Amino acid sequence: MTAVLELEHLSVTYETTQGGVHAVQDVDLTIASGSIMGLVGESGCGKSTLGRAILRLLPDNADMQGSVRFAGRDLLSLSAKQVRDLRGRNLAMIFQDPMTRLNPLMRIRDHFIETIRAHDPEVRPEDALERAKKVLADVRVPSDRLGMYPHELSGGMRQRIMIALCLLFNPALLIADEPTTALDVILEAQILQLLQSIMHEYDMAVLLITHNLGLVAEFADRVAVMYAGRIAEEGATVPLFREPRHPYTQGLLRSVIDLETTKLYSVPGEPPSLLGDSIGCPFFPRCEKRMSVCETVFPEIRLVGEDRRKVACHLY
Amino acid sequence: MGGSTASLRAYVITRVILMVPMLVLLLTFTFIILRVAPGDPVSTIYGERGNPQVIDRIKTELGLYDPLYVQYFRYLHDVFTGHMGTSILTQRPVIDEIWSRMPATIELTLSSMLVASVLGIGLGTFAGTRRDRLPDFGTRLYGALAYNIPIFWFGLILKLVFAVWLGWLPVSGRFSPRLSTPPTVTGLYTIDSLLALNLPAFADAVAHLILPSLTLGIVLSGFFVRITRVNVIHAMGSDYVEAARARGIPERSVFFRHGLKNALVPVITTMGLTFALLFSGAILTETVFSFEGMGRFVYLALSYRDYPAIQGAVVYYGILMVIISLMVDILNAFVDPRIRY
Ligand code: SF4
Repeated sequence: MTAVLELEHLSVTYETTQGGVHAVQDVDLTIASGSIMGLVGESGCGKSTLGRAILRLLPDNADMQGSVRFAGRDLLSLSAKQVRDLRGRNLAMIFQDPMTRLNPLMRIRDHFIETIRAHDPEVRPEDALERAKKVLADVRVPSDRLGMYPHELSGGMRQRIMIALCLLFNPALLIADEPTTALDVILEAQILQLLQSIMHEYDMAVLLITHNLGLVAEFADRVAVMYAGRIAEEGATVPLFREPRHPYTQGLLRSVIDLETTKLYSVPGEPPSLLGDSIGCPFFPRCEKRMSVCETVFPEIRLVGEDRRKVACHLY
Repeated sequence: MGGSTASLRAYVITRVILMVPMLVLLLTFTFIILRVAPGDPVSTIYGERGNPQVIDRIKTELGLYDPLYVQYFRYLHDVFTGHMGTSILTQRPVIDEIWSRMPATIELTLSSMLVASVLGIGLGTFAGTRRDRLPDFGTRLYGALAYNIPIFWFGLILKLVFAVWLGWLPVSGRFSPRLSTPPTVTGLYTIDSLLALNLPAFADAVAHLILPSLTLGIVLSGFFVRITRVNVIHAMGSDYVEAARARGIPERSVFFRHGLKNALVPVITTMGLTFALLFSGAILTETVFSFEGMGRFVYLALSYRDYPAIQGAVVYYGILMVIISLMVDILNAFVDPRIRY
């Protein structure tokens, strides 16, 4: 297995007037080429920040530490221009609400021409259009949609177009941030199946960021569970779902089973504030299995069990 | 493309047809307000001590004793036959007064709008892209000051400094009496002098325009700064801007093609709405600089309760506003495909 992306000790802190907000803390994560890594957690756990940090799409007040290794380079040490070259070419991203992600004043066609020429200024518009038609066919969108404006298309159609825009340069990694949350269940399944078949065709890895455990169980090869900006547990999907080890993961899975739904889940209590420094286990206030040590000593990640799963908990 | 042009045409035709009931409503309101408000033109002009018999005779001649509904329909009839009565004050046909004064006001409003949009959109964009930093605070302060400054006072200060003390620009009027005015084509001295290739006349007309249009333009720019800043911030923080960055679009294109273009759609709409503000501002500005336009005419007509003149001016402003809002809507439909369909 070769790694397409390696995060090492990645931390993101937002500087605010009230102090630093530690949205992502000391995250290690490796995504194998051609695989789907599921990143799950409640809203505000830092998973979206993590996805944007990889593309360096964060606002100016975000401070990044650690390293993001991609194709032998540390993205955090690249210039803005070098990062821009990678975006849309080697690294691509799709987002939650496809209705608002296309420029309402531009025809679909111009989105494609613009993207291609941003990376290959020499390409003539006619040739760019031919390439657009090819990727549109891959995401099963009729090419007559090219002449339309975004508001003339449905949400599912727009998300397919967003995916097609990502495919133009055959990136090694696609970051999909809640790609189907704004769509209904049938469209959700269609889009994910499409993603799955396309990633094989294009030999592309996917970082699937979602709060939906059902999606991850069905599509991801590996799962990382995030809590309060940190990885709580990470491992291969099947054993992790069969036998969750971190109490937070256990809580998440129990809520899903309790509700017999894959949409919403809840672990009692609220996630902690990420403002300022904390000691001990971040999950301590909500944990059913907490011990006295948990309050004062931070649980480092350990490799646990036969599947050598990463777990950050004093129980192991 | 054919489809969207056809729908644009249908849209314009509908809007033009809707103008008629809008104008009738406007005329009716003016008529009612003028008749309800105390005072009448004849008494105001001749004063308390005027001969009551003379006043009575003139009122009868003017039809002011006729039943209100008769006056109302006569008024509507006059308007729709293009005849707007005679000014009680100047004894000239109202339509002539309007035609001779309109170009001055159009020239003033257009040049003020130019000043306001260049300053407002420029500074608003400058501030919006440097949110919460020093240039942003400075620009916002400018916006607040400019918008709240009294036009009359501001105009006088500009006149005092640049015309009276420094002597750089003319004190008042539209054109120097020592030069001969260019042959009338549009009535706008700047354009007519250019058409006649008369550069000294052009320079003179522009010199006379500078202070009035700066006065009005700067005040209005305060409003434009705010509205542009907010919309630039909104557009640059939008989902499609982030998505464009994620595709590796260069920041320059992200800003112009995705951010600024979208930000300007609501700005155009607001520009149309501010024309009403501009016209009322023009009344004060024209008074300060003795700029003989519609504003001065309205000011006098209102002071003397000159019914035909006021009614004529209202028709003029009404038609102008309808045309402007139509132009703004067409411009918007042209820029924003969501409106077209
Ligand atoms: S370290 Fe302690 S508090 Fe934290 S999850 Fe494990 S048992 Fe619970």
